[in-house]
Amino acid sequence: MSGPWRSASGGSSIDRSRPVRFEFDGRPYQGFAGDTLASALLANGVHLVGRSFKYHRPRGIMAAGPEDPNALVTVRRDAARYTPNLNAAQVELYEGLMAESQNRWPSLHFDVGRINDYLSRFLPSGFYYKTFMWPRKAWHGFYEPRIRAAAGLGRAPSEPDPDTYGQRFAHCEVLVIGAGPAGLTEALAAARTGVRVIVCDEQVPPPRTSPADSAGEWHDIRAQLAVMPNVTVLARTTAFGYMPHNMVALTERLTDHLSAPPKHVPRERLWQVRAREVVLATGAIERPLVFPGNDLPGVMLAGAARTYLGRYGVLPGARVAILTANDEAYRAAVELRAAGVEVVALADLRPQVMGRLPEAARQAGMTIRTGTTTVGTRGDQHVTALGLCAIGADGTVSGAVDWIGCDTVLMSGGFTPSVHLFSQSRGKLTWDASLQVFVPGAAAENCRCVGACAGEMGADSGGSWLGALPRPEGPATGKSFVDWQNDVTAADLDLAVREGFRSIEHIKRYTTTGMATDQGKTSNLNALAIAAQRLRRAIPEVGLTTFRMPYLPVGFGGLAGYARGELFAPVRKTPMYDWAAERGAVFEPVSLWQRARYFPQPGEDMHQAVARECCNVRRACGMFDASTLGKIEVVGPDAVEFMNRMYVNNWSTLAVGRCRYGILLRDDGFVYDDGVVARTAADRFHVTTTTGGAPRVLAMMEDYLQTEWPDLKVWLTSTTEQWAVIAVQGPKARAVIELLVEDVDLANAALPHMSVARGRVCGVPALVFRVSFTGELGYEINVPADYGADVWRAVWQAGQAHGICAYGTEAMHVLRAEKGYVIVGQDTDGTVTADDAGLSWAVGKSKPDFLGLASLRRAALVDPNRKQLVGLLTSDPNVVLEEGSQITATASLRPPMKVIGHVTSSYYSAVLGRSIALALVSAGRSRMGQTLYVPTRTGESSVTVTNPVSYDPKGERLNG
Amino acid sequence: MAEIALRRPPSPGAGSYWRPLPPCARYALRVNLVDAAAAAGSALPVATAACRASVQGDWAALWLGPDEQLLIGPEPAGAAFADAVASALQGVSHSVVDVSHRQGAIEITGPHAAALVNAGCPLDLDLAATPAGFCSRTVFAKAEIVLWRRGNEHFHLEIWRSFMPYLAAFLSEVERELPGQGGSRGA
Amino acid sequence: MLLIPCPYCGVRPELEFSYGGQAHIARPQTSASAEEWAAFQYERVNTRGPHAERWRHTHGCGRFFNVVRDTTTDQILRSYRSGER
Repeated sequence: MSGPWRSASGGSSIDRSRPVRFEFDGRPYQGFAGDTLASALLANGVHLVGRSFKYHRPRGIMAAGPEDPNALVTVRRDAARYTPNLNAAQVELYEGLMAESQNRWPSLHFDVGRINDYLSRFLPSGFYYKTFMWPRKAWHGFYEPRIRAAAGLGRAPSEPDPDTYGQRFAHCEVLVIGAGPAGLTEALAAARTGVRVIVCDEQVPPPRTSPADSAGEWHDIRAQLAVMPNVTVLARTTAFGYMPHNMVALTERLTDHLSAPPKHVPRERLWQVRAREVVLATGAIERPLVFPGNDLPGVMLAGAARTYLGRYGVLPGARVAILTANDEAYRAAVELRAAGVEVVALADLRPQVMGRLPEAARQAGMTIRTGTTTVGTRGDQHVTALGLCAIGADGTVSGAVDWIGCDTVLMSGGFTPSVHLFSQSRGKLTWDASLQVFVPGAAAENCRCVGACAGEMGADSGGSWLGALPRPEGPATGKSFVDWQNDVTAADLDLAVREGFRSIEHIKRYTTTGMATDQGKTSNLNALAIAAQRLRRAIPEVGLTTFRMPYLPVGFGGLAGYARGELFAPVRKTPMYDWAAERGAVFEPVSLWQRARYFPQPGEDMHQAVARECCNVRRACGMFDASTLGKIEVVGPDAVEFMNRMYVNNWSTLAVGRCRYGILLRDDGFVYDDGVVARTAADRFHVTTTTGGAPRVLAMMEDYLQTEWPDLKVWLTSTTEQWAVIAVQGPKARAVIELLVEDVDLANAALPHMSVARGRVCGVPALVFRVSFTGELGYEINVPADYGADVWRAVWQAGQAHGICAYGTEAMHVLRAEKGYVIVGQDTDGTVTADDAGLSWAVGKSKPDFLGLASLRRAALVDPNRKQLVGLLTSDPNVVLEEGSQITATASLRPPMKVIGHVTSSYYSAVLGRSIALALVSAGRSRMGQTLYVPTRTGESSVTVTNPVSYDPKGERLNG
Repeated sequence: MAEIALRRPPSPGAGSYWRPLPPCARYALRVNLVDAAAAAGSALPVATAACRASVQGDWAALWLGPDEQLLIGPEPAGAAFADAVASALQGVSHSVVDVSHRQGAIEITGPHAAALVNAGCPLDLDLAATPAGFCSRTVFAKAEIVLWRRGNEHFHLEIWRSFMPYLAAFLSEVERELPGQGGSRGA
Repeated sequence: MLLIPCPYCGVRPELEFSYGGQAHIARPQTSASAEEWAAFQYERVNTRGPHAERWRHTHGCGRFFNVVRDTTTDQILRSYRSGER
């Protein structure tokens, strides 16, 4: 027998021939295959399963589905597979399952935090806001960490998640959410028309009994759907988010119910379903009643007791008292009595009860106490009695209290349609005065609600009660909970209204009612009714709070899907990556690319490697992988005109075969990108961009071309990845490559600095650029990318005789900084003009128009006090300033001090034997020779303002 | 004289249902299709219907936009083909750019081909929405691809060369879930 | 997650598109006043209701086009090519 609280027979979901062992808080128990953790615990008489959020009150299992606010547990497979805040009613039992209660210390039965409950009159709504205001500094350092430690639910796992998660995009004509009777009927009707249908349900196997199920009819429909090729049935799948244009996010749980999950099966799969029509068959949720002590373990929804009995053969107790305002609860009374449970009281808040179901109870010999309320429960960790009291004809409660001894209290306040998804879709809710609930009104999407979700409750489901139950005058004997999960009581809502909150949205935030994982599934309507009563307004006037995604909690792993580890984002590698990796290069990410940062030799740190690489380039030569630079082929009869309008430079004067350093501004006048541009034919340019700027420059070019200048006959094509680019720089550069290059005259006269030629390198077609980002004689060999690795090796081999080295991005940065060459995005930041960066020489001032031209006339952009790019030399040559450091004109000031600029680039230059820096300084070019100050971590450095070019200022080395 | 460089495309391995295709020639043709049809008529091997590929002999033309086609064919004949296109378009503003090395291709075949593609691509792969012959630039997870449906269970994915390892790793990961890979259920 | 009707390719998921801001803002002549340039660059409406905006089918045909979207419901009322109204 798996648990003493099983009925003699029955339980449509369980297999009594298959016992399953599990643990709760370290104690072994046994259940049956098909049990949930909640049903198995109840079968073992375990009702106390958790402590509440704020008061640490003992809490039991109130519901049998996703709406349960209390039974949140942690399920643990190992240190990494540790999932907090699972709903016990949704955890399927498997052999060896280990679950733990939460929010208790040192134990579930003796919890120190319970003191909050006894001190609760000092812990009203807004207590934290009111109390922990002073001293202000103490909030972060003292109060908040302690409050956070005491509050919260569950703990995060301590290890990385070892499971995998999948995802799918799916499309269908009809998505049916909820596989109860209404959903199945809709799904079958749609499926028979031949269209694609997806049916999802949180449970599995979909329930074989439901409140409306009297025959095997639903089972037959399921069997039919299962074999239809146009139907996808997703079990254990929760629809948790309804996005615009009928996109619904589903999470399918594939392995959480398995004792030993197979390795290749993802734990969850995220479905992003696009449906022509969505059918919401999400049902309705039974409402609890609001009375003192309604949160004691043993107090349960009447429908939940039916579910546990019917589906799992579990008896909630031996002596059951029932208090209801809805006829459905009478089914529970009849069924429980038939299963041998003693119904010790059957009370109804309504003065008269005449429905078919109450009548059936009466015929079964039960007495109904109509017009009856409760003053509360008794019991410490489990309910022991319910105090019943008559409601007078005038609605007041004054008579004697009849304490009924019992071990279970079942309650029902009626049913609330599950309109969460409908509301997420921005559908409008309307108040149904006869049902006393909000039902779906005008839809915003192509979506229909059916069944109980639409307010179709069935003929026997009459009666409801909203808000707190009537009780005698005078102070209450205990807390009347409205929101179990957030420990919000009727008194808290009263207080919020007394303190002046009028909007239901504000009341929600002040009291926290309806927040957290259950999003007010059981509490919203009662909270609203209490607030409306206190505000003396009608419920529809007060309105509902917004239902937010997700409908149920979704793990981060499930949302991330495949996007983790090496699949988190594409890692882009150039054709030469493997060569660099084999030589021990250290890489750095530059946008999505992995670029070799430096090539340390044995025993070298970064500083030493970079110093060696820089000196090697200036003394002999070096090779550098520049393949990541963006490349755009600009072609067409209007290519020159287009380039003239895009870039600041004058391209009309650029001869075929020559290159120019191009600067691209936005129309606001600030530098957007830069790069070398080669004119390879009269109607063709090879434009290079920064590595990170490649996509956005092409997009900006297309934007202007398509929308501002559609008359221009120009075509753009990205060739970034078509070419592998090998930069060979240094006085020996020509000697290194000349044996590899065919059909190109490399002589200074034939291929001068800033020129380009087509030819062959290592036998393959190549574009050979004579360009330099180091200030040395330099070439950039472009070959089709698949040849890049071989050509790189050939250059390396050829360079051995000339002392070549491979250098990385760090040396590249130092070498260009020695020459004062800017890097867009490092020395500029989106507020720097071409003139600020010292590049006004490049601007074609006679051109009628180019991007940014109009803005360059603005007074603010020609202000002589703008920050301008300068060099800085520290008085101590060994001090390397921190990039981003602020600059002041006066020494030894305490903050606040006037900042006149900041350091943009800073390195140690081994070639110069000292540190160098570039900076943007207000009116910098008029400050040459001035001493300025840079606050550092240990004090401050005095610096001298200099020309940005600190190496070979005359540029003589460009010619080798 | 140095050794002749060899073509070394990314080598991302292969799976049961996907494999990289051998190197080939590719050209990005930019031309206004209306102008092109007027000038060259049917002599031009281009796809005229939106989001459809046109195959003529060894060469396929993939419609990527009203002014953009991707031409794919065998490598040895590439340059001659590009010249033929250019001469057919004499007098029409256009651009032919060699992108043979810019991207590679992965082929996905078999009964789970659509499920593999839909693990990362948001397009509706029902044959009514994307019949054989459909082609389009689109996305696969965090990469951009060109998707060309060659048959009901046969997809051709073009992807820039540095994104190829990402796509391959992604497909390998998804493939582990499929039946025949030790998996218990498909999708 | 919108479905956006591209005038060239048909209805496609939002993942393929990038947003291009308010539509029908013409770039002034170079000779225009500073106020006109400021308006072009920095002044945008914040419409509640139908809003003409630019989208680019970036991961598709690459074309910029215009869409009228109701900002209160996200429903797209129509789409049309650049240069059309």
